[in-house]
Amino acid sequence: MAERIATIASRVGLHARPAAIFAEAAAEQPVEVTIALEGEPAEEALDASSILALMGLGAEHGTRVVLRAEGEGAEAALEALAAVLETDHDAA
Amino acid sequence: MMSTHHPSGTVLRGVGVGAGRVIGPVRRMPHPITAPEEGAPLPAGATVESETERLGAAAQAVAANLRARAASASGDAAAVLKATALMAGDKTLLKAAGKLVATGTSAESAIWEAAEAVALQLEALGGYMAERATDVLDVRARIVAELRGIPAPGIPEADEPFVLCAEDLAPADTAALDPARVLALVTSAGGPQSHTAIIARSMGLPAVVAAPETAGLTDGTQVFVDGSAGVVIADPGPEEEAAAAAYAQRTPLPAFGGMGATADGHRVPLLANVGGGADARAAAEAGAEGVGLLRTEFCFLGREKEPGHELQVSAYREVFDAFPGQKVVVRTLDAGADKPLPFLTDSTEPNPALGVRGYRTDVSVPGVLARQLAAIAEAAGASTAEVWVMAPMVSTPAEAADFAALCAAAGLRTPGVMVEVPSAAVLARSVLANVRFASIGTNDLTQYVMAADRQLAPLAALNDPWQPAVLHLVRHTVEGGVQAGGVPVGVCGEAAADPALAVVLVGLGVATLSMNRRALSPVSAVLSTVTLERARELAALALDAPSAAEARKRVRAELPDLERFGL
Repeated sequence: MAERIATIASRVGLHARPAAIFAEAAAEQPVEVTIALEGEPAEEALDASSILALMGLGAEHGTRVVLRAEGEGAEAALEALAAVLETDHDAA
Repeated sequence: MMSTHHPSGTVLRGVGVGAGRVIGPVRRMPHPITAPEEGAPLPAGATVESETERLGAAAQAVAANLRARAASASGDAAAVLKATALMAGDKTLLKAAGKLVATGTSAESAIWEAAEAVALQLEALGGYMAERATDVLDVRARIVAELRGIPAPGIPEADEPFVLCAEDLAPADTAALDPARVLALVTSAGGPQSHTAIIARSMGLPAVVAAPETAGLTDGTQVFVDGSAGVVIADPGPEEEAAAAAYAQRTPLPAFGGMGATADGHRVPLLANVGGGADARAAAEAGAEGVGLLRTEFCFLGREKEPGHELQVSAYREVFDAFPGQKVVVRTLDAGADKPLPFLTDSTEPNPALGVRGYRTDVSVPGVLARQLAAIAEAAGASTAEVWVMAPMVSTPAEAADFAALCAAAGLRTPGVMVEVPSAAVLARSVLANVRFASIGTNDLTQYVMAADRQLAPLAALNDPWQPAVLHLVRHTVEGGVQAGGVPVGVCGEAAADPALAVVLVGLGVATLSMNRRALSPVSAVLSTVTLERARELAALALDAPSAAEARKRVRAELPDLERFGL
């Protein structure tokens, strides 16, 4: 199981637009990726390609989340997705 | 309001809120989707497998439709549609609904219940996410409509441009409103200050609101809409066709040259009402001579907690930087009534328009205002904009003095007040003696002077800034400013965006007009056709009129250029 911690850079948190960008990126990965708030048990992690699950996390600017994936390409997938979270999509 | 017969059709009367005369076919906003029966069983003949498949297909169809619309939209509208498309095909949502179908529940009831749970979860998060719950419910209604084989809720789609008829429009409908497809807006409810009216003005669409009889108009009926006269005529004849053709041939409005003035050169700076950085840049592009109303709520709305100092400084700075060396009037936080904030206002007030809102929240929750002023001062110090600051809902001279003291403590040199509570207008001389400027918010002033709720259609005629009582208070406020030693009084309500009323306001002695950026060009064009003396005569006509309708009629009759520009 590969794990990567990322900090939400979007100024208004993981709301609809950044969540949409992230969910789409997650759906494009060759492996299934889960997301959870840091400190929450892995079995409660949510599907990272679900925009509703992402919004339901209530992650705000600066919140740390854990991405997890298994299998071939997991490390690269997590790296790519962490980069999406660590970009401020609200910057004009 | 009775309908009257007309040589060419039935005349349906309402209130005109967006100028223009057009003819087109009616398209009605579909009725909202009704809830399916809770836990309804699988339809006759269906199996769990076939029902799951039917649900999946409906969700995919809705997602595909939203994606297609996202592809043909641009900017924010495209982003909203794209996110909504993802929600329609969301795995978490469909999995939850699928579990219910597996227990023998119909697809409609299953998706209804599953989406409800998601919406409740988002609502519990509060703030911005709570607002997104509406999107989830919209997606749910679309999927249910698809399952039932009936039109999707929301703005109808059509191949030819149409006149959109509705009971009233919600702010959320704006994103889906394509001005190239919609010729005019007509609503049976709503009033001059309703969301429909605000949408119409910001999109520059002809619009008639509060026309109850238009509820009976059906899809495909040809109608003539006169947004100046507030009239809708079904089955129009040659007379209306000529009027619409003349409107289509109107003299194009010259772009605003960046200098508002009367024909004889009396300067009236034309400023913009803005709600954020992008808005401010667009206003500067349109030639606005500054900002007459910066609504700072954009920084606060949808938040559970007060935004921090740095965030506020950078948000204000973005607006100030759009107007280097020019005036920017900042209105401090105006929460309450229709703009509740969980950390500041009490949503259980029985009468929020008369509740703890605007400046009054400084008494119930002290500190938020002082911290906002500190952020404004820091942002002002780092930019070249000339920053003025005013408080909304000031009611007494003592409140004006207290606000001025708070500004001074923050290092802000130009404090002002909004005049929207009638008491502030009545005591304008002593209220304004405490500050450096005032700005009249005509929307709220009208609702309070006439004791008429802004959103109520039956009160639309009362809730009209042309009401002579409102104009008398405008004059009284201007006179109070003169007596207080020359304190300038501007107007930043919707009234300033009505070119004919703008002339009246200038005649009453109003120093600056602040409006939606789309109104800059029409207001400037009409203002430049009258001298200050003439504006004063027209103001006198309006003050003496027995009603709002008569005031508007008398003044418009004296401004033939309105017709030339199709205003």
